[in-house]
Amino acid sequence: MKVLLVLPVLIPAVTGILTLLLRRSRFAQRALSVLGAVALLGASSAVLWTVQTNGIQVAQMGNWAAPFGITLVADSFSAGLITISAFVAVAVAVYALRGMDVEREFFGFHTLFHLLMMGINGAFITGDLFNMYVWFEVLLIASFVLLVLGNEEKQLEGAVKYVGINLVASVSFLTAIGLLYGFTGSLNFADIATSMGNIQEAGLEATIAALFLVGFGIKAGLFPLYFWLPASYHTPPAPVAAIFAGLLTKVGVYSLIRIFTLLFPDPTGYTKTLLLVVAGATMVIGVLGALTERNVNRLLAFLVISAMGYVVMGLGFFTTLGLAGAVFYIFQDIPVKASLFLIGGVMERETGTTEVGKMGGLYMHRPLLALSFIVPAFSLAGFPPFPGFWGKLTLVQAGLATENYLIVAIALLVGVLTLLVVAQVWARAFWSPAREEGLVSTDSPLQRSVLQAPIVVIGVALLAVGLYAQPLFDLAQQAADNLTNTAPYIQAVLG
Amino acid sequence: MELILAVVSGTLFAASFYLLLRRNLLRFVIGIIILGNAVNLLIFTMGRLTREVPPVIPYGQKVIEGAYANPLPQALILTAIVISFGLLAFTLVLVYRNYTVSRTIDADRLTASEPEQDVDLHTQKKRLPA
Amino acid sequence: MIRSLILQIATRLLVPILLLFSIFMLLRGHNLPGGGFVGGLVAASAFVLYSLAVGVDGARRVLRLAPRTLLGTGLACSVGAGILSLATGASFLQSLWVKVPLPGLSDPLKLGSTLIFDIGVMFVVVGTVLLMVFSVEDRVPGLIDD
Repeated sequence: MKVLLVLPVLIPAVTGILTLLLRRSRFAQRALSVLGAVALLGASSAVLWTVQTNGIQVAQMGNWAAPFGITLVADSFSAGLITISAFVAVAVAVYALRGMDVEREFFGFHTLFHLLMMGINGAFITGDLFNMYVWFEVLLIASFVLLVLGNEEKQLEGAVKYVGINLVASVSFLTAIGLLYGFTGSLNFADIATSMGNIQEAGLEATIAALFLVGFGIKAGLFPLYFWLPASYHTPPAPVAAIFAGLLTKVGVYSLIRIFTLLFPDPTGYTKTLLLVVAGATMVIGVLGALTERNVNRLLAFLVISAMGYVVMGLGFFTTLGLAGAVFYIFQDIPVKASLFLIGGVMERETGTTEVGKMGGLYMHRPLLALSFIVPAFSLAGFPPFPGFWGKLTLVQAGLATENYLIVAIALLVGVLTLLVVAQVWARAFWSPAREEGLVSTDSPLQRSVLQAPIVVIGVALLAVGLYAQPLFDLAQQAADNLTNTAPYIQAVLG
Repeated sequence: MELILAVVSGTLFAASFYLLLRRNLLRFVIGIIILGNAVNLLIFTMGRLTREVPPVIPYGQKVIEGAYANPLPQALILTAIVISFGLLAFTLVLVYRNYTVSRTIDADRLTASEPEQDVDLHTQKKRLPA
Repeated sequence: MIRSLILQIATRLLVPILLLFSIFMLLRGHNLPGGGFVGGLVAASAFVLYSLAVGVDGARRVLRLAPRTLLGTGLACSVGAGILSLATGASFLQSLWVKVPLPGLSDPLKLGSTLIFDIGVMFVVVGTVLLMVFSVEDRVPGLIDD
């Protein structure tokens, strides 16, 4: 157990270091990058399997017992997330073989990509508040450099906005950590959870919760803190955008769920209502932004925001069913968003434009691409039999069970509007008459299949999950059980 | 002492928020620096202040006897300082690089990555200085 | 760029002292204030001083290794120290100690895997600082071209 739980952090670290040292050889970098991602998938699956068979897994770093040292904890939620992230990482690593240019590769794309994965996995499996802050900074600095890699004007500009707001988010998170440490004297999640009852002042608890909400809300792109996301996610190349859209907002929302279920299990007063209001506004704003947007990447960025609203809605219900829906929604949304951004990249590559209206006729030219667009797009809109449908169905059930009819109505309405958005993209970019000038891409069939293969694999996986959702739903259910009943988590960490 | 540090930290927070709300990107960066220091001071104060007893075990002993200053907040602050040092260096270079390309440090004029449409709601003379 | 003679002569004296001092800081770090991070900063400041005196190209030549290689080597050392403890069956990053008896000394020399970690930190700090300073200084002349 000592070894296994470290591997999701260690493998990307080693891969990143090796690609840095071997930066002169493009071939070695690429081979290592793909191999590292595959190894990460293997290790993460092993963690998931162990968690499924033996329960929550814990590892103490440096053999310092909890709560004094740093603890790594994997429950069903964390283990599921690292496995799905690793799956997406493999897809992106393969896509980057063709979708990334030589210059960016030389300046360290592969290294930064794996260091980003290290930060993401670290944030998912750490059981220590300050350690989580450090992992956030690791993934942030890697994402900053990935965003500016290539030095184009629009990238620098997107990066200024992204960096500025994310630094403020980190400080908000750090302030909350400082306050919480001052009142509980501990940084270990499980240890803090046991002593949260000692905080006598309800106002202080609400302040700390609000600081966490602001910090993670910015990172997750929640209303009204989402402006940076559509201002920056469309600027980097497709593989970078895919990993950002698939994973970075999910880290924010994971932390939100983890902190709020573990440290603030019965929120006083307005927190629940606040979360539901934020969730509703996020869904609506995201989908309205996507409706008016003509640039395919910005459109997808707005859809990222909209999806976060559903997850926070599940958290706002604060029931096991609501959390199960939220967890399931995160699980399926990671590959959906990554694959949509990868498809967006191919669409831009084939047609030479980012304007949806000017693309046209992609269905005629690239039927496979069009088919693999259907799966994630209609999963996003919540169409059966795609996995997004099951996530939304569970969330709606949870909403009806807790009698929050208004938010359920909003969620359903947003679902319809999302359908309108993806149908519009489908009609304009894929189904409209073929372009007279044909496609501008000069990729050979082999190069094209390198770009297509990851998208098709994700599509097939999503379809399989949609048709047989039970295993993934069981995992989400188990994760939600652990989130609402925190005793096993605390027991596993503190022994 | 706690009260003084709390007031200083609060003042730093206020000053940094003022700077963060300006359109001038350099002021924004300075605001980030001050914000980082405000939080570090906050963590330091939250760890309780103990004077003149450093948490160092005397030679030949196994444990410290009596009260000693809490070393953990200092370790946390040190980590936070190192991280913000790296991030700050990056941010400064980023703003500088962006200036060389777009020739502006006014946040409202960073529109190269935005869609081409008229988004400016206010006329120039109604605006506050950057 | 105008080179200052005074700075050049002073640098010639200061750089070896700074480098020696950085190693001293690194080694005393386990029990006393110091360590890889401070040592790395001191060592980096030696090279930064040199680059101010004779220019970035000269400093790069003296450094021999590219800053990014230093960065990678340092990371490899630090992670390697963690893997070493894993390989011996201990927890990740747990300290391992060996006692080496030295002739002429009564106490054996205690060597720990923390030293490898600290050396790694030192390399990382030197690599990072120099990477930042070199790339900023390199660009200064042509950066604003008017």
